[in-house]
Amino acid sequence: MSVFLSVRNLSVRLRNTRERLLRSVDIDVPAGAVCGLVGESGAGKSMIGKAVLGVLPRAAEVVEGEIFLDGEDLLAMSPDRRRKAIGAKAALIPQDPMTALNPSRKIGPQITDRLVDILGWPKAGAFSRAQEVLSEVRIPEPERVMRLYPHELSGGMRQRVLIASAFAAEPKLIVADEPTTALDVTVQKQILQLIAELQARHGTALLFVTHDLGVVAKICDRLSVLYAGLVVEDTSVEDFFAAPDHAYSAALLAATPRHDAPESSLLPVPQDVIDAVRGQVAAVDAGWVPAQGRRHG
Amino acid sequence: MAESLFSVRSLRVTVPDMTRKPLFGPAPRLEILGGVSFDVARGAVLGIVGGSGSGKTTLGRALVRLIEPSAGGILFDGRDITHLDDAAMRPLRRRIQMIFQDPMSSLNPRLTVGRIIAAPLGARAGDPRVAEALDQVGLPQSFARRYPHELSGGQRQRVGIARAVAMRPDFILADEIVSGLDVSTQAQVLNLLSRLVSDLGLTLAFISHDLSVIRRLCDRVLVMRAGVIVEDATAAQAFEHPSHDYTRELLAAIPTPDPSVRWGRPPAKAGEMSAASRKP
Repeated sequence: MSVFLSVRNLSVRLRNTRERLLRSVDIDVPAGAVCGLVGESGAGKSMIGKAVLGVLPRAAEVVEGEIFLDGEDLLAMSPDRRRKAIGAKAALIPQDPMTALNPSRKIGPQITDRLVDILGWPKAGAFSRAQEVLSEVRIPEPERVMRLYPHELSGGMRQRVLIASAFAAEPKLIVADEPTTALDVTVQKQILQLIAELQARHGTALLFVTHDLGVVAKICDRLSVLYAGLVVEDTSVEDFFAAPDHAYSAALLAATPRHDAPESSLLPVPQDVIDAVRGQVAAVDAGWVPAQGRRHG
Repeated sequence: MAESLFSVRSLRVTVPDMTRKPLFGPAPRLEILGGVSFDVARGAVLGIVGGSGSGKTTLGRALVRLIEPSAGGILFDGRDITHLDDAAMRPLRRRIQMIFQDPMSSLNPRLTVGRIIAAPLGARAGDPRVAEALDQVGLPQSFARRYPHELSGGQRQRVGIARAVAMRPDFILADEIVSGLDVSTQAQVLNLLSRLVSDLGLTLAFISHDLSVIRRLCDRVLVMRAGVIVEDATAAQAFEHPSHDYTRELLAAIPTPDPSVRWGRPPAKAGEMSAASRKP
């Protein structure tokens, strides 16, 4: 397996306050693999996905680093070439199916527009491709659904439409940003199974942003645990759940409630662990230690 | 059942269905709760779980009389409160408190924490009961002078809990109070709630969509679907020997942090992965 996405030493900060959002992040996503990005809110997990897709908020800027997509350094390209390179090879499954679709336009054109306008597909080809991907995500009567407006679909169906839209142009990389947090637990399972199935069938690399370690265990191959924009652990899912390496990620796992082990006590992340990881962040900022010292498994 | 704090019988809630209202005349009624019956024992921690639209929030709100039931009865401490008017409910309101999901919208941004907790007591921010409530939820006394926006999500939720416990209630309804929090903060709030329930002898109804959280906190569970209770059992029974298919379906859908059961496909071999992720 070759590495399809490789983020190297990426640092991002806020333009006005110079506050660091990402600290020398290294992440590799091999072709066809699923990598989870986990952390608490504000840890920078979504920021990595945004940087990869070239949609960092205006207030943020890249300080240093490289993002190799299929071997090409995105940050070294002109903005126009970068946009085209990302558009041709990567796609996003957004978090909230309620706001990601335009409420005043029908489903069909929202899928085909990108194919026609940006990727230059013929209209007929884009239309039949949209039908094909909608049936692939198990939407019954795709042709009818393409003529509906988003409000006529349930939350789960809307998320299926967004998944279909992401897979439509056969991208080699998909960034999924908390795609199931707005959904019920039973719908979440169906949607995650669907994403995992399509990902495996098409050999798509998947960067999966989530706050839920349970979801990581179910669908990811690798994971990176973030704290304050620093990757504190980067390992395989099997090794992580057998024995997390970093004290902070171990504490995060211990704080996750489990219905199958109700007697084990639910432990918040202890203050000394937080102090230690904050110290590590400060040491990285001061240049005393490398950002990602240990890589294994 | 003299030991029941709440006793609910065939409770129904309907609302006018405005999407199907004719131009003239009343709208047809849409049933949100279709006749639910259950008891809440004194000192119990009752979990109410279900998907979105299952009626769990409506049930909670009808229980504390924020929504007018259209049929059925609610006994609170042996007294029929089903159709009590506001004036008659008022003395009972102190004993029945609520904690809300989003502290940003349920805490007045223009009041200090001290005044927020003191307001329902009809007291000043300096009242000793405010200090006691802050102490009970593990917040330092200096927080009484702070404003909600200065606090973290977990601290705000503690203020919401402090406001409820300051009233020395018999019963607290907590509606999805940990769903917006990170796991570590969630663990803190859940541990705090369990401690308060046993220390203060509270009865708690805890509404959540998260079964793992319910399992941690509650000793009894109501599973709701489409406005009816499909399972009413002790937590151990509901989780280990669920009687209804829907409960089993919910349990099977929980993503447990255990990679040996995968959704989709098995994880790629660790060996292949590390070879691939070597630096170029």
